[in-house]
Amino acid sequence: MIWASWSDFFSMGGYGFYVWGSYLVSVACIAGEIALVFNRKRTLLKHLSLIHESTKQEKRNETTS
Amino acid sequence: MAINWFKYSSPASFYFLAGKMIPLFSIAATILFAAGLYIGFFVAPTDFQQGEAYRIIFIHVPAAWMSMFLYVVMAIWAGIGLAFNTRLSSMMATAIAPTGAMFTFLALWTGALWGKPMWGTWWVWDARLTSELILLFLYIGFMSLQAAIDDPRRADKAGAVIALVGVVNIPIIYFSVKWWNTLHQGATVSVTQSPKMATTMLTGMLIMSIACWMYAIAVILIRTRTIILERERHTAWVGELRGVAQ
Repeated sequence: MIWASWSDFFSMGGYGFYVWGSYLVSVACIAGEIALVFNRKRTLLKHLSLIHESTKQEKRNETTS
Repeated sequence: MAINWFKYSSPASFYFLAGKMIPLFSIAATILFAAGLYIGFFVAPTDFQQGEAYRIIFIHVPAAWMSMFLYVVMAIWAGIGLAFNTRLSSMMATAIAPTGAMFTFLALWTGALWGKPMWGTWWVWDARLTSELILLFLYIGFMSLQAAIDDPRRADKAGAVIALVGVVNIPIIYFSVKWWNTLHQGATVSVTQSPKMATTMLTGMLIMSIACWMYAIAVILIRTRTIILERERHTAWVGELRGVAQ
């Protein structure tokens, strides 16, 4: 086993700031990208169904008028 | 067995194929990231020269590799789109850019955090670091240019030109450590004495690289699907899709 304890693991032999600074930002970037990509998809799908609804509405208006 | 590859060059067929592939790549990425990080933090031993700081390598090198590979793949798709006027290839190029930029940023960021304890500086204007920074600007330039042009097909063409011209930067990044006297170390993977140490370090790094590939493919496919829907929203097949969804 490399690490004697959890605090040993987190201190990374005194380089904790640099090692965890690298990995935390990497995780944040990846999580952020995943969130953005799904958000874009959700917004588009919502928008598409709204267009769909409005065209239905238009058609209904056309038939009634 | 003959496979009709052209079938999947149509955005509609690709949309459904990509939908099936995304879960596979996502699962592979999750498993490989877990395995790679486990090897990187619990199996790979302490480096005799750099202590624990070297563990940044497990994200730094894969991110730097991805930043270059993704640029080449992006330029190839953009070039095919420009030459053959194929819509899907241009959409792929557009979908790759943000992920490529993200990995380029990570390579620079983790490099700075590695450089500070090892070289005593966050940043130097040496050939490797500067050319990698130029790569980030190329990605940003590609995305801004495409975002500034309203007509998607014209945006594709303009983006393709910048992507293809920028390819010249890739060999410069790769060979910078040979061509110039840089602070950045050469392309040596092993930094240890004992072969066993080098093996576990190398294994961890390679697994993390494959994990990054799987992640990149999954997220790029999701983005490509969204771009397909955005651009094909007035077509009959998207209309049918919406009919089914409701």
